[in-house]
Amino acid sequence: MTTLRALAKAQALAAGVAQPVATVRHLHLAERPLVLVPLAMAGEANAPLAALVGAAADEARLLIVPQPRNRDQRYRFAAELAAIVLPYLEEFRGVSEAVPVDRGRDVRHRYVDAPQLLVPNPAGVGFLRLLGRSTRFRRPDGDHPVHPTVPLLGRWLTFFAERAEHPGSAALVAMTDALTLHWATGQSAVEDLHLPALLGWIDPPPGLTGVEAAARAEDPARCPPAGPATDPDFDNRVLAPAIAAYADSADDPDALAGAYAELERVLRDQLAPTWELMWRGVGLLRALPPGARVAGRWDGDKDAFTGHAEHVDSGGGPQPRRDGAVVAAQRLHRLERALTSYAVQRAYDDPLVMAEHRLTGEAFVGEVTLADAKRVDDSGRRPVLRPRIQVVTTEPVLVPVGATLWSPARPAQKAKVVFLTPAADGKTEVVLELSGGMGRGLTAPPGSVPEVGERLCWTTLSDAFMPAGAFPAPEETPWTHGGPPLARADDAPAVVDGDPVEEWA
Amino acid sequence: MTSTAQRLAQIRGDVPPKRHNARTIAALTGNPGCTRRAVLDGAGVDKPRLAERIGFPARFGQSRFAIGRGNAFEARVKADGGVELLRLVAERLGVPVPERASWTDLGGADGLPDRHERSRAALTAGGPEAALFDHPLLGLDVAGQRVHLEPDLVAARLAGRFHVVEIKSFPVIDGQADPAKVAAAAIQSAVYVLALRELLSAEGHPEELVSHDVVLVCPRDFANQPVASLIDVRKQLLALRRQLDRMARLDGLLDAVGADFTADPTADPATLVAALRRVEARYAPECLASCELAYFCRDEARGRTGALGRPVREALGGIDAVDEVLALAAGERTPAPEQAEAAALLRAAARLRADALTGDPA
Repeated sequence: MTTLRALAKAQALAAGVAQPVATVRHLHLAERPLVLVPLAMAGEANAPLAALVGAAADEARLLIVPQPRNRDQRYRFAAELAAIVLPYLEEFRGVSEAVPVDRGRDVRHRYVDAPQLLVPNPAGVGFLRLLGRSTRFRRPDGDHPVHPTVPLLGRWLTFFAERAEHPGSAALVAMTDALTLHWATGQSAVEDLHLPALLGWIDPPPGLTGVEAAARAEDPARCPPAGPATDPDFDNRVLAPAIAAYADSADDPDALAGAYAELERVLRDQLAPTWELMWRGVGLLRALPPGARVAGRWDGDKDAFTGHAEHVDSGGGPQPRRDGAVVAAQRLHRLERALTSYAVQRAYDDPLVMAEHRLTGEAFVGEVTLADAKRVDDSGRRPVLRPRIQVVTTEPVLVPVGATLWSPARPAQKAKVVFLTPAADGKTEVVLELSGGMGRGLTAPPGSVPEVGERLCWTTLSDAFMPAGAFPAPEETPWTHGGPPLARADDAPAVVDGDPVEEWA
Repeated sequence: MTSTAQRLAQIRGDVPPKRHNARTIAALTGNPGCTRRAVLDGAGVDKPRLAERIGFPARFGQSRFAIGRGNAFEARVKADGGVELLRLVAERLGVPVPERASWTDLGGADGLPDRHERSRAALTAGGPEAALFDHPLLGLDVAGQRVHLEPDLVAARLAGRFHVVEIKSFPVIDGQADPAKVAAAAIQSAVYVLALRELLSAEGHPEELVSHDVVLVCPRDFANQPVASLIDVRKQLLALRRQLDRMARLDGLLDAVGADFTADPTADPATLVAALRRVEARYAPECLASCELAYFCRDEARGRTGALGRPVREALGGIDAVDEVLALAAGERTPAPEQAEAAALLRAAARLRADALTGDPA
């Protein structure tokens, strides 16, 4: 929690409505995101109970499991979900684009767009992760065959759940996360996990304050929870009798159809309000202009989607239950780099985010008062263009002489701090020596060197390319990390390790 | 009846004290600094009724599906005289699985004193072979009140010690379980360890005879196959001891409470609210998950930075009231000397926020 965000929370409480903490949208929003609102059966290990799924507000499809404890019905649900999700994914596999790699010496292809899944909250992401885990090892043959699309769905859901851990990815997004990234409410982070209350703060109904709207949203009788957990009172009073009625009418087709319709009705009643909220959230996010670097991060999602599609096409196996030491280390390294770069990119895209860094002294804004754009440093073997500028700022400058700074306005240019001089009225004069982003000659092209009068932000945050770390091959895993994995047939481990050994109870 | 006991009886009204169980005792460690909670729980007040009476009903329903699944799993694990359970526990403790073990069912419907005596006799009897005790009845003093506790199972003479075995129906998937549920199970089991240690040391056995490692038995992955894990509850034991000691010294806390303080759920709501407000609470958003009175305290704490969460309060320089934060940020209020640093930070934050929102470049 930064002080700036905390202050926004205090302001939200005083104003009675959520306050913005971003001026641009920091995530990609697909034209047709697949919204998924799942419900799970209480007490069971991720047993699906129902879901509303669809890529537009008026395309909601209801899936239900009349006997959630019945494994056949669970996998039937998975097959029904696959019949919606897999064709949706297929929609994005039409057109590819060529992307230069290796400094333009080669090209590779990726799909021009990628699918996007939206769920109400982080618990919804967890539900999909476990649904992926419980389905990806199943087989269409053997003792307990499932529909062939079920393991495929499992691999894709696992792919999306893994992407959801990748900072800056928008492939699978929890709506509460997306909203709190852009608005601060007058309630705590725990309470923000409740989508109805969160939207009550961001977009209260006419005549209500955020506090009142959130309090109203907390009453499960008025506003069902956004899942996957259901309201215990609903379970006991409505759902249990409806499930029992369905079970009791097994011998009578008419009664069975009636009981099924009743189950559909009560579950739809629980899901529909959240469905509406999801699309209201989408609308609120869509109204924000996207940040400049959002498209670049979405390219990363397109790459990942293309990569996984190719893996599946080439008959690749399901993701293992656990990563080996080397793969885990690589993944952690990737996530750390993504986290750093995501934080920097958001600051570069959004002055309100950069303000958080200005407050902690990692950035300052100043006005250019002097500029020597023609300065050449000829002390080395060959002369190089090294313009100097002087910036005056009223903000505290916590960086030392010799530090390297960047400006979001010219991200390719480095600025070395040469002199720091305190001036009158608590101002600071900073002399910066510029390199990069000015072409190869000894004359800077127009616009490449800041001009006198420009007001610019300088920061220690760099969006420059971060080289990947080097990791050993899995067969060279050091003994400190368990040593090389035991040799196993390449296609066997995941399956032997996986679900089929589980009983079908 | 001691004066403290009389006082507590007065507070809770004309009803017997609400019985604690392992879950409520475990919850006591959640917010140890809260005087309101310590007094109400110490007096055994019926907090759900109290909360409803003052217009802030708690929402701690339990789904019958969850209860059903929990019972079914426990029954399955304990089937066949605990043969499977014995194997699981022994393997987890790293000892050879005994040929046989005695199984003593200490549950049942007979009177509490009888059950206590049966449990005590069985647990302290000793013997040559491993033994499993199903639902023994233990006791623990909480704020001068004897609380009855019923662990799912106690295993004796495996790896030379007693082990508390807790059977829970949340799944362990690929070796991982919901951390919040594991934490709750750990602290509950620690309550049983404490009670069992008390029972055995009263018979002259050393405390260490009861292991601080408890065995947690959960369903593995998505099926009903049980898997056992060990949890070290030493930390939880420390926290529990501290809180139980504190509750035992309720006299001190009661001194701070007015003589006419009442939490009798049959009293007039306005009287109750006025009385409750006089006892200091320490509301944090985490209370919503564990205390029946949390919605009342949240309403009361509205306008305090702590109600937005501890990280928010810290980021605002520890200043208590939201309106004070905003006044300091706007420079409308002269900060007290100890607030100077926080005030400077808040003013800078307010200025930066305003700049960025009005479209200041860069």
